[in-house]
Amino acid sequence: MPIFIDRRLNPKDKSLGNRQRFLRRAREELKRSIRDKVRAGGIAELDREHVVPIPRKGTGEPSFGDDKESGRRQHILPGNRTFSSGDLIPKPGGGGGYGSAAGTTESEDDFRFVLSREEVLDLFFEDLELPDLVKLNLKQVLSFKPRRAGFAASGAPTNINVGRTMRNSHGRRIALRRPKQAELDAIARQIAELEAKPASALVRERIAALREALDRLERRRKRIAYVDPVDIRFNRFDPQPLPNANAVMFCLMDVSGSMGEREKDLAKRFFVLLHLFLTRRYERTDIVFIRHTHLAKEVDEHTFFYHTESGGTVVSTALEEMHRIIEQRYPVAEWNIYAAQASDGDNFAGDSERCIELLDRKLMRLCQYFAYVEIIDERESHIFGATENGTSLWRAYNAIDGKWPNFQMRRIAAPADIYPVFRQLFARQPGLRKSA
Amino acid sequence: MVSQACTSELLFSGSDWNFAKLSRVYEEIESLGLEELGLDIYPVQMEVISSEQMLDAYSSLGMPLMYRHWSFGKRFLYDELLYRKGARGLAYEMVINSNPCIVYLMEENTMALQALVTAHAALGHNHFFKNNHLFRQWTDAGGILSYLDFAKSYIARCEERHGVTPVEAILDSAHALMEQGVFRYRRPPKLSSEQQREGLHERLEYEERSFNDLWRTLPPSPGKSKQDATDQILAERKKSLKLPEENLLYFLEKNSLVLEPWQREIIRIVRIIAQYFYPQRQTQVMNEGCATFVHYTLMNTLFDRCRISEGAMLEMLRNHSNVIFQPAYDDPRYSGINPYALGLDMMQDIRRISTAPTAEDRDWFPDIAGRGDWRDTLLDAWANHRDESFVRQYLSPALIRKWRLFMLADNADEPHYEVASIHNERGYAKIRSALAQSYDVGASRPDIQVIDVDLLGDRRLRLQHTVKNGLMLEGGSRDATLRHIRNLWGYEVSMVAVDAETGAMLGERSTKEV
Repeated sequence: MPIFIDRRLNPKDKSLGNRQRFLRRAREELKRSIRDKVRAGGIAELDREHVVPIPRKGTGEPSFGDDKESGRRQHILPGNRTFSSGDLIPKPGGGGGYGSAAGTTESEDDFRFVLSREEVLDLFFEDLELPDLVKLNLKQVLSFKPRRAGFAASGAPTNINVGRTMRNSHGRRIALRRPKQAELDAIARQIAELEAKPASALVRERIAALREALDRLERRRKRIAYVDPVDIRFNRFDPQPLPNANAVMFCLMDVSGSMGEREKDLAKRFFVLLHLFLTRRYERTDIVFIRHTHLAKEVDEHTFFYHTESGGTVVSTALEEMHRIIEQRYPVAEWNIYAAQASDGDNFAGDSERCIELLDRKLMRLCQYFAYVEIIDERESHIFGATENGTSLWRAYNAIDGKWPNFQMRRIAAPADIYPVFRQLFARQPGLRKSA
Repeated sequence: MVSQACTSELLFSGSDWNFAKLSRVYEEIESLGLEELGLDIYPVQMEVISSEQMLDAYSSLGMPLMYRHWSFGKRFLYDELLYRKGARGLAYEMVINSNPCIVYLMEENTMALQALVTAHAALGHNHFFKNNHLFRQWTDAGGILSYLDFAKSYIARCEERHGVTPVEAILDSAHALMEQGVFRYRRPPKLSSEQQREGLHERLEYEERSFNDLWRTLPPSPGKSKQDATDQILAERKKSLKLPEENLLYFLEKNSLVLEPWQREIIRIVRIIAQYFYPQRQTQVMNEGCATFVHYTLMNTLFDRCRISEGAMLEMLRNHSNVIFQPAYDDPRYSGINPYALGLDMMQDIRRISTAPTAEDRDWFPDIAGRGDWRDTLLDAWANHRDESFVRQYLSPALIRKWRLFMLADNADEPHYEVASIHNERGYAKIRSALAQSYDVGASRPDIQVIDVDLLGDRRLRLQHTVKNGLMLEGGSRDATLRHIRNLWGYEVSMVAVDAETGAMLGERSTKEV
């Protein structure tokens, strides 16, 4: 007799620890994959599972092996049909070795695996050098609150609804005519009365009949349970998302010729981070893309990032466009308005004053938060480090920075510079979303 | 189909399985296996697992317990991907050489498959593990699970104490040398003190008998003495380190200059696991052949006795023929010789030779032809052979013709292959010997040995690669592996390539260059 063990209920994911070790090992390459994803994909797309190629670098397992292109070998193969000894067969591929060698390496490149949402965010955050507390905050999933929603036939014992269960049991007992205790008692009493009388043939017969009836009823009672599994009802709970307000995020970007690939890539990551923050805090998040040269226009995401346009640079047009859209579609009473602006700092002479006026008079009153990043060359970063002078737009915005606490500005040369722009935003967490 | 009146009861019907059916089928198959084939097995422990757990088991070398390492995670990703894409099915079973013998059954299998798997793994593989001389000599079936348990917790403790990265570094290096970390031969047993005394006594006696004072009067040759002295130092050094040594992991574990005790223990763990798997690699054809032969024979017997239905038998046969499918060399599905097919065919061939031999068989196999005791012949082969010797001994001309085997000579310098032998009178012996050679794991892996290390000088570890048939090592992986050896040794490591026939030096590579 063999021993049988049912292992199906054992904990799964035995290899999870190995997976984590593998991911750590291939960290750099995976980070690059995610960076490429951010570059190629949409802003809202980061926040989910991603399929990435299995990294090759740093995950090789070398061992001593024969060089395929040296030496003399003998192969034994089955299925000879036409050859006889001494036949010569040209080697495939000309380069010697096996013809399929090139094919296998290629197909290994096709191997892809799924990174979970948490793993993707981890890799993305590591690139931006976010503080741990913020990472935790951003990874949080929308919280739910269980809400009563009717009854269910299955569930946890703690959720049994006694009232409903007993009502079902009662109905079933009536329908199946389960004998009541009172009936049994009545018959028992009759038997006792008869037994007290002097015994005659008639009485004995009567007692026997009654006993039989009693016995039948008792058996019936046993067969029909008082509470049967089919009676049991459980309270059903539906997870209900906690009510949240809506947010709209305005992405403003200068797309004139001076914004190159690198600048756009940094700007994109800046937008992605703000978007992540908003999706955590608000149930519904809209994104509006406004790009501008000397004219501003609302566009879709693809056009926003990938189409270049030539022209001068007038920043105020974008702010005007944003104001117009807010008035049209996003009433302040219903929407939390966030704005993120990216630019290389160039502006048409004299336009910066107009920008200040627009922000000061109108937009800053409407916005929850306005973040401005100026993307500069890495070589310039140490020159401009903290000095107050700079491009015309920078100097102009400096005035706003002092006046409005919800205005943030920053020069960015590398991905790690992005987070400080939002520092205040994350620090200000008023504990209202401390959900489980 | 047999149309005799069946009176006996079916063992099971329908495709769903449950534990009662499994148990009934196991009992029946076990008693049949013991009486019909004379099998001898370890007690069996059957474990039902899901497909995910099977994937887990795949990635950890098929063992139920294994320490943590990223390479297992990588293997898991590959296996999972192939499985999810549908490019590859999972095995129906997995069996572990332990006592009790653990057999994994997949929960998705139908009852017919479970019966097939029971006969295949719980009887066939189990018998082979218990009786084959390699497993008896080299593996400790009773202790492997507790050893793995120790290994896992030991490495976890090391990770806790020393950090994941240092432990990983040691494991990486040790894994790179797993191929070079097995003993192929047993060392001579240590003599008891009595035997030692006796040996000493004999030697003295011999010296006394052959004493000749004349040798003392020979003058020492002046030119050779210096050479002799260095030679002697070298010889002494080699003797004290037991050089040359082909088990690199063993050498590094015992003699490395930089490793801490816990690092040596980790190397030892890897080495012991490599040694545990070494017999399995040498007996693939025999192991699978034995299991396949057993399940095929037992299932047919059960069917003949009307214990399984025609439907179940058809399902088993369909799976059976999938398993033993052998495409020809020019088929796109060809990926080498299928060990299941070769093993089964050879064993059935032995049965044929034993019961109905031809004149040719009598010529080639005078020992077994026509003797009719195929059971004993097979039991003997299962117990005493490995793939290489099994093929060398039992591959018959009839089978070479059936498979239409041919031999290609592949010389890397030439632009074409040459058909060296085909299935004819002149070719049989050559094909048989070449096929046997290809199953010799020891001969087909690169021969690399530690030849010298100067502990008082620059502490350079010197390795020698004996080049057979001009097969050099692949450059990139060789350099990477040498770096791993350097990590474990702590000082410079160099390797010379020496031709096996001529003794000519073909090149030298040192970690200073890589």
